Amino acid sequence: MRLTLMEGNEAIGRGAMAAGCTFFAGYPITPATTIYNTMLQLLPPAGGVCLQGEDEIASIGFCLGAAMAGARAMTATSGPGISLYSEQISFAIGSEIPLVIVDVQRLGPSTGSATRGADGDIQFLRWGNSGGLPVIVLAPVDVRDCFELTVHAFNLAETYRCPVFLAANKEVSMTRETLDLDALCLPPVVSRQIAPPDQPYLPFAPGQGRRVPDFVPMGAACLVRQTSSTHGPDGYITTDADQIGAMQHRLSEKLLADVEAFTHFDWHPAPGADTLVIAYGVTARAARSAVVQRNAAGQPTALLVLKTLWPVPEALIARLAGPFRRIVVMEMNLGQYVREIERVLGRRDILFFGQMNGELIKPRQILEVIQS
Amino acid sequence: MTSLLNPHRPPVFCPGCGHERVVQALDQALTRMNLAGHQVAIVSDIGCSGLFDTFFNTHAFHGLHGRALTYATGLKLARPELTVIVTMGDGGLGIGGAHVLSACRRNVDLTLLVLNNFNYGMTGGQCSATTPSEARVGSGFLNRLEPPLDIAAVAAAAGAPWVRRVSGYDAQLAEAMAAAIAYEGFALLETRAICPGRYTRRNKLTPAAIEADLAALPPVEDLAARNRRAEYGRAYRQEAASLEPDAEPAWIRPQFAPVEAGRQEIVILGSAGQRAVTSGELLCLAGATAGLHASQKNDYPITVMRGHSISEVILTEGEIGYTGIETPTTVMALAAEGVARRSRLFAGLPAGARVIKAADVALPPCPAKIVEVDFGALKIRSADRSLAALAFLAARREVLSLEMLRAAIQLRFAGAACEQSLALVARVAETGGA
Ligand code: SF4
Repeated sequence: MRLTLMEGNEAIGRGAMAAGCTFFAGYPITPATTIYNTMLQLLPPAGGVCLQGEDEIASIGFCLGAAMAGARAMTATSGPGISLYSEQISFAIGSEIPLVIVDVQRLGPSTGSATRGADGDIQFLRWGNSGGLPVIVLAPVDVRDCFELTVHAFNLAETYRCPVFLAANKEVSMTRETLDLDALCLPPVVSRQIAPPDQPYLPFAPGQGRRVPDFVPMGAACLVRQTSSTHGPDGYITTDADQIGAMQHRLSEKLLADVEAFTHFDWHPAPGADTLVIAYGVTARAARSAVVQRNAAGQPTALLVLKTLWPVPEALIARLAGPFRRIVVMEMNLGQYVREIERVLGRRDILFFGQMNGELIKPRQILEVIQS
Repeated sequence: MTSLLNPHRPPVFCPGCGHERVVQALDQALTRMNLAGHQVAIVSDIGCSGLFDTFFNTHAFHGLHGRALTYATGLKLARPELTVIVTMGDGGLGIGGAHVLSACRRNVDLTLLVLNNFNYGMTGGQCSATTPSEARVGSGFLNRLEPPLDIAAVAAAAGAPWVRRVSGYDAQLAEAMAAAIAYEGFALLETRAICPGRYTRRNKLTPAAIEADLAALPPVEDLAARNRRAEYGRAYRQEAASLEPDAEPAWIRPQFAPVEAGRQEIVILGSAGQRAVTSGELLCLAGATAGLHASQKNDYPITVMRGHSISEVILTEGEIGYTGIETPTTVMALAAEGVARRSRLFAGLPAGARVIKAADVALPPCPAKIVEVDFGALKIRSADRSLAALAFLAARREVLSLEMLRAAIQLRFAGAACEQSLALVARVAETGGA
């Protein structure tokens, strides 16, 4: 055991470095600022670039430019910044630019409370792009997740050429915690697939049997076209409805069809349990405390902690939650992800508790909901 | 070198559009500079000038309105060897104003071609940031209320080291472009030309009138030249090369036995300057030296240096789980500000909890066991109060031990700060925590 004391945001920064991040740009905003501070400390001495944009739009724009030049890029902000990122996020989705975007959620709406936690952006991250195409969202529970899921986020951005969100929360990001370095479980670093040099390059044409186009960095000998406009495989504007339809379908399917390959979760079954608690993010910790108390008191209760929130891991939820008589969901918002659970299970009788007052949901509150 | 124009995609502007001249001049400039297509990236904005990237056989990057400079900046810093040219109309200039100003100040080696034709061509001839007040445009009377912006003067004032205005009909247009591209730093070249599709339908503007307007404006080249300095990327890499690589995070191998079992919730209630947050961290580190898991949450006003400063620490043998404080086991009441902020906590304390109370702090009624410490009599400065309180607990072997605290201090501090902290702990330890 090698224990270190680390804040969630520092773990995200160190996770990014472990994932081979070479470019970071951000605009300071509580509670995400310490990610920027960490990257400024780590990246430039390692030969990378860390920039402070004039605003959030510039910060993510720098990242998109750098990512097209081949950099492994990350940016970090909070709800107000995600709002400003929106048009650039749509660009990254539609034009297949790999990027990791950290949203350290704080209490909204709007500027809300800078130093209060929430999980109020969960549907916003999914639907905050024009066009409504799917995105990947991972949600860390603790400092260890901040480290590990950041590495996964980079790998996914590279694999699928898309923006990948880390839906953190002030309560995870700005909480310091002991982390056992020996227990860290980091996946091998994955890089985007580069196009074979001996063939003509079409920037948006996936190879045979693939849904993700090969990449060539801008600046290479072969010319690269990038555009936010609706484009054909050659990267030029197209008005061909068949071509457009096929591209949108591909952008959707490349993530939806593969979600089982990146479904992260913790499963705590309890023999004989007829009640299942489903939670994510920092709330999963209170849920764990509550469930441990229940099980110790002879009231077996199972817990599913979801870490891949989008695309919704439908098969997993259906398989694990299906057999339970009672299902309890709680989130630090007024009911966002519970809609997905209801949809997947086709049930309207899910017990829900939502709290959006800047405070953590307490184990006691969870026990009350379970016992209600 | 041969032309970099894309023979399959010839310009598609309205007949007589000034943009066409800029396309030709840009090709001449690139050809003259012997640049191959793969050495150049054209980053185009939105509007009619946003079509530029399609006319050239270069790398092409077309994104959102007003944001072209943001992509170009990332691209250039990630690939310094690439020649990056941004084309933007007067529309992009207005909507992306903050990026234009920042690019001038930042001085990344980019060339910004501002294709000023005094209106939004593509959307129907509305007024832009450069529309003359007397012009008749698609925005009704609105442009009469806002004077036009002289972007070249603004750029020079904002720190751009290379700025020029030129008529799109000037025989030296390609030469001016080549000079802008060759300059190592941010170069802004404003070209002024006619939009027959929209603007000159209702306004009279000729190449001669453009020349006359340009001649009447105060020159900007010399003003800009005063801004000459090291290019941003070059300077960045130089600064970065002198930085020490960051050390790996310090870690601890557990070496002591914990002094208390079960989940401990410790709340330090202090005021700004009492280092409650640092002491919270020391407590976490001390816990780790005994193999305990620890978490720390802090609470202080956004405006630091006044008001409360609170640290909440949890120590457990197993996983932390919930990181909130449910039932504090130890409260360190060190300042009135901290106590006021958490006044509701006291009435609910269990009888088994302990409160370390500074003698000069008053507490709300509370069922817990209270131990009073007179920090004043011990001659402990306010800045040392929270560390002294930890030492006091350690001397009593409550929450932590003296070995754990010393090890934490050695991990957290170096040099004089470490010695002073250890000396303070030794001094408090002599009292035996009584
Ligand atoms: S609308 Fe104006 S700027 Fe656009 S192509 Fe026509 S003439 Fe040129």
